[in-house]
Amino acid sequence: MPRAKVQRKSTSIDMTAMCDVSFLLLTFFILTATARQPDPLDVTIPSSTFKLKVPDLDMGILSIGKGKVFYEIVGKDIKMATLDKMGEKYGIKFTPEERERFGVVGAFGVPIQSLKQFIMMSGDERTKSGIDAGIPTDSTNNQLAEWVMQSRTAVAELHNAPMRVSIKGDAKEEYPAVKKVVDILQKQKINKFSLITSAEGDAQ
Amino acid sequence: MAELDTSGGGKKGKKVRSKKANTKVDLTAMVDLAFLLITFFMLTTSLSKPIAMDIAKPDKDDNSQEKNELRASETMTVLLGKNDKVAWYMGEAGKSKPNVESFADIRKSILDNKKKVADATGGRQIVMVIKPTSGATYKNFVDIMDELAITKIKTAPAIDDENITDAEKDFMKQAGIL
Repeated sequence: MPRAKVQRKSTSIDMTAMCDVSFLLLTFFILTATARQPDPLDVTIPSSTFKLKVPDLDMGILSIGKGKVFYEIVGKDIKMATLDKMGEKYGIKFTPEERERFGVVGAFGVPIQSLKQFIMMSGDERTKSGIDAGIPTDSTNNQLAEWVMQSRTAVAELHNAPMRVSIKGDAKEEYPAVKKVVDILQKQKINKFSLITSAEGDAQ
Repeated sequence: MAELDTSGGGKKGKKVRSKKANTKVDLTAMVDLAFLLITFFMLTTSLSKPIAMDIAKPDKDDNSQEKNELRASETMTVLLGKNDKVAWYMGEAGKSKPNVESFADIRKSILDNKKKVADATGGRQIVMVIKPTSGATYKNFVDIMDELAITKIKTAPAIDDENITDAEKDFMKQAGIL
């Protein structure tokens, strides 16, 4: 009597469904990942062992590096509202197109007088032109204080929440430059702010 | 790939037919790639978030009389100087000679002093005063705040960049870190 033959089964698995699912997830992650705006100011942030994540709403980020100060307002609606207020303050009229374009600008560091020109440039031109000399912080022409103030009002009006101010300083930046910015904040009674650092392993 | 031919080889004596191409495509490599990309996007979206270090500075315009006097014996003052050096002393300025250290050693000093204060006063917390001078870099400041967090100093540190006394300045000049 011949031995019963074991039926050989194919070892290949149908990958179609798995492929479908994985690509669905892939699409999801690609779409949800926010495209990072290139930083016009190259700062190397120091590291710390703190664990608190930076929230991504209602925030203003001050970048300090090479003696220049850049400001980034988080949120398109806040950016546009702040621009309106600043335009009013300095008597500059911004067109709807300029507002729209400013809504997607990342960090910026131009005096308000050349902001119109800055808005209409493309990303490449902005870095090439050298227009971004930092926001003026002198006591006579303290536009930075104005920006912070107006964005705080905008956040309070639109989101009914206090704005967090974060400082993103270059590791090599000298302390007085940071102190100058902190003093501006303290003049507006912002005594609490966050310093943005990168994560570091647990030190013992 | 790892596909076995199970179609049975009984084709003898039959007419040779035109071979039907297998319509199945091997998706293994594609799935591999997709999962690699998924992993990449998952990790980069959640891990690239920077960390916030909350700092509170004393209110400058606060002129209320309820300011607490700090006990000098429980106070450790850390002066941040240039070249990544710090000078620290316990107690009142000018009375005790400051020690100049690098950032690698400051943690040990903080822990020592914390223990000394706790032993001497029956478990009271040490009070830290941080004085960044003009020679310090931003990194130094972040580092010292980080050291305080690591050494678990619970009381909020006083960050004082206004009142750097002459005695402190003199000492730092002598030590060459101002």
